Amino acid sequence: MLPPNFPPLEDIFRLAPELVLCVFGILIMLVDPFIPRAYRGPTRTLALLGAGLALAAVRLPAVHQGLAFYGLMRIDSFSVFLHAVIGAVTVLVILGSSDYLKREGLPSGEFYALVLFATAGMGVMASAQELVTAFIGLEMSSIASYILASYRRNAPRANESAMKYFLLGSFATAFFLYGVALVYGATGTTLLPQIDRAAANPTLLRLGLGMIFIGLAFKVAAAPFQLWTPDVYEGAPTPVTALLSSGPKAAAFALLLRILVTVVAASQLWFWALWIAAALTMFAGNLAALVQSSVKRMLAYSSIAHAGYILVAFAARNEIGTAAVLFYLVAYALMKLGAFTLIAHLGGEGERRLEIDDYAGLGEQQPVAAACLALYLLSLLGLPVTAGFLGKFYIFNAALKSHLVWLAVLLAVNSVIAAYYYLRIIVVMYMRPAQQEWPPLPIPAAVGLVLLVTAAGTLYLGLFPGIVMNFAAQSALLLR
Amino acid sequence: MPNAYLLTVITFLPLAGSAALLLLRRDDHAWIRRLALVVSLAEFVISLLMLRGFDAASPFYQFEERRAWMLSPPILYHLGVDGISMFLVLLTTFLTPLALLASWNNIEKHVREFFVMLLVLETGMIGVFFALDLFMFFVFWEVMLLPMYFLIGIWGHERRIYAALKFVLYTMAGSVLMLVGILWLYNITGSFDLPVIQGLLQSGRVGLAPRAELLLFGAFFLAFAIKVPLFPLHTWLPDAHVEAPTAGSVILAGVLLKMGTYGLLRFCLPLFPEASRRMAPYVATLAIIGIVYGALVAMVQPDLKKLIAYSSVSHLGLVVLGIFAFNTISIEGSIYQMLNHGVSTGALFLLAGMLYDRRHTHLISEFGGLATPMPVLSALFLFVCLSSLGLPMLNGFVGEFLILLGTYGHNARWASFAATGVILSAIYLLWAYQRVFFGGVTAERNRALPDASGRERVILFTLAAVILWMGVGSAPFTRRMEASSQHVLNQMLRPQSYNAGRSAVPAGTAAVEKPAAPASLRGEAGNP
Repeated sequence: MLPPNFPPLEDIFRLAPELVLCVFGILIMLVDPFIPRAYRGPTRTLALLGAGLALAAVRLPAVHQGLAFYGLMRIDSFSVFLHAVIGAVTVLVILGSSDYLKREGLPSGEFYALVLFATAGMGVMASAQELVTAFIGLEMSSIASYILASYRRNAPRANESAMKYFLLGSFATAFFLYGVALVYGATGTTLLPQIDRAAANPTLLRLGLGMIFIGLAFKVAAAPFQLWTPDVYEGAPTPVTALLSSGPKAAAFALLLRILVTVVAASQLWFWALWIAAALTMFAGNLAALVQSSVKRMLAYSSIAHAGYILVAFAARNEIGTAAVLFYLVAYALMKLGAFTLIAHLGGEGERRLEIDDYAGLGEQQPVAAACLALYLLSLLGLPVTAGFLGKFYIFNAALKSHLVWLAVLLAVNSVIAAYYYLRIIVVMYMRPAQQEWPPLPIPAAVGLVLLVTAAGTLYLGLFPGIVMNFAAQSALLLR
Repeated sequence: MPNAYLLTVITFLPLAGSAALLLLRRDDHAWIRRLALVVSLAEFVISLLMLRGFDAASPFYQFEERRAWMLSPPILYHLGVDGISMFLVLLTTFLTPLALLASWNNIEKHVREFFVMLLVLETGMIGVFFALDLFMFFVFWEVMLLPMYFLIGIWGHERRIYAALKFVLYTMAGSVLMLVGILWLYNITGSFDLPVIQGLLQSGRVGLAPRAELLLFGAFFLAFAIKVPLFPLHTWLPDAHVEAPTAGSVILAGVLLKMGTYGLLRFCLPLFPEASRRMAPYVATLAIIGIVYGALVAMVQPDLKKLIAYSSVSHLGLVVLGIFAFNTISIEGSIYQMLNHGVSTGALFLLAGMLYDRRHTHLISEFGGLATPMPVLSALFLFVCLSSLGLPMLNGFVGEFLILLGTYGHNARWASFAATGVILSAIYLLWAYQRVFFGGVTAERNRALPDASGRERVILFTLAAVILWMGVGSAPFTRRMEASSQHVLNQMLRPQSYNAGRSAVPAGTAAVEKPAAPASLRGEAGNP
């Protein structure tokens, strides 16, 4: 018999992806001790199965939309959309990391379990409609990510990265939590839809919302809270960087978006914060990326810049902007995942080949890898017929719809600055002869699959964005 | 309808050809060249089919194809051609096989990729001229940068990487702002479709506030002015031209620069007539400075390719001047001069490339007295020079004459300043010619240089024939341009009530009578 107070079956369905992820995560941890370290197959299969099933299980909340657990979570097409994105990201990250783990001789059981737990946390963030639930999701994904960032524990860089990530991340969550407490103090509720109605003390509410914004700005690496990003992204194992730059960021943006759309007070209070953060973030990311010599670090700065672009759509505060954010998250996940997976592969044992100059002559040595990387870079740059261009196009559109002409112009200026450093890598790959003999690296099947999916997706969405965009637009409409 | 898909076929045939090239073996250079040539020749023949069904009397777009591409925002797959774009496409399809032929033997590495890039570039350029949807136009405009970037960066000369980056960054700086302009226009009119926007603006149903119109004009104009290039935005051009391989220079000078002047004619003038009129004196001043400055700088260039590059600045200045003189004759002259410049300067770059193939230098001082070892090449070089400097009976004269005639009617002072450019071009071209070809052979190693080969003769005589034909028989060309150039001016007219009502519109925003379902702002908090 079910115990009393057991939630209705629908609520279980609405939480299905997270449940599947957690079950498989625990299963991996249970199975792992009984498998010799040399055998990596079983845990990988379990992880893939878990992530794949979780992705398939998104169908359940899609069918059973509505409020779950007394309004703590809201399952609508917005959260379904993000669940699909995050689930797909996880599948691709697991595929892309298995060969990396083997090459670096890292244990794989915990890795996969942590990835699954982190994903479950992101899922909770994407559907939370209550601040404490959101906080639990945030912590779930953050704590798993801290451990993942330090996974190469013999590399000094990795330790620095994890330490920084942990300290600053805790700081950020503390801000968030304090903000939640203040909001509760001001309104007596942490349920997002009730905050506006129950605002008894507007000053305290504003203070709380401001704190929440700072906490989330840390998480999405918005300036002036972006300083941790390059070190963390550079030190973490590259497949983890791929995850960090796409999954948790998407989840944090989703939470920010949900608060922004649901709480009118936040939408009014945050406008200038968003405007300034967007402008600062774009410039901070792009200007710093100009002078980097490591590809990995450059892409870390570029992801700061991209967070700035997404914030421009936030500042637009209209439905087109919401849809633009959702589309951009997909496009961005595709290109960043592809690029970081490729860099992880090209890095070779111990990730030694990371400098831009090391890529000289890559166009001749490994034409397929070079072509894929060029495609991701062009998409990040925003050249037409790639997903990145359309993402930027929608953001421009949203900004101009809200008459944010100057912010749009700043975005345009930044696109040109960014073009310089993306093109620099392409220059080195195709127009400079190799300076050093690198052993040829055949692309493993799993990595090849990730590259195929991300490259094809980048091109397809660049030509026919309809499928994703329609879904994003619909989600944006239903979000209020 | 046999013509229903003609424009699509013309646009994407080179792209399909380049895909076919990728199926060939990497090192099978002979067949790669042959296939590329066959594709580009077939493309030229098919593009000639446009002439058959083209109605010269109609100013409207013909062979239109209009299909939905994306739903939200509404973006169309919309192609069409009029008297302006048709000739520019013909110029493109005419020059591409010649550029291909010119690269027959002098490309040493990555032969297959070179021809792939050249054909992709052709698709991009044709797409720019055919596109009638602003989004589509922008897509082609940007996509075309990439093959050119690789052409310069991989197969160029010593400073190729610098030149390639400079070219891309310059162009991108302009075009990103144009994208902002396009989207702004969309948010005012609710459409990306050029004829629809034109209709809304012209009928006065949608009005642009003067300040908005000026900013929009600026956003579009900057992108086009960089491409033209208009003084003082021309600094990318000498580098790109000098460092590019011959085929790249030919396409760059022959077609790419025309995309700028085409954009002015197609977008700036018809969409933003008031701003165009207001800015015309300034634009004309820059154009005239460009004419004189380009010519003076060309005169002192020690490098043959750089000389031709600066002559382009001068010639294109004349074209811009003709456009901003706002009358049928000068605009027709400008269109004609775009074609002339494409043919003549393309030919000059081909000739410079042929000299480079023999001596691996572009420095004028390295040559001298070349008429003795290569009489045919030098005769043809002279012919092309004469066409470029506007000798009557050759093509350049017709265009320059029409532009100056039209401009004189509009503003005599502009015309008289611009006319000095014609004189100066005679000086720098003939002087360079004299130093390269006349007199005794100055360097011993130049004595044994071979004259034009069979392949080179085919290229040069084809061009010479076209130059002569466009000089003596311009009627078949101008007849088909007339309606379209008149139409550009008609599109600049606005109803009387339009100007009267404009002052009531607040600056920066626009009065939209029938907005195409804009999603309302949440909370209506537009300006907190």
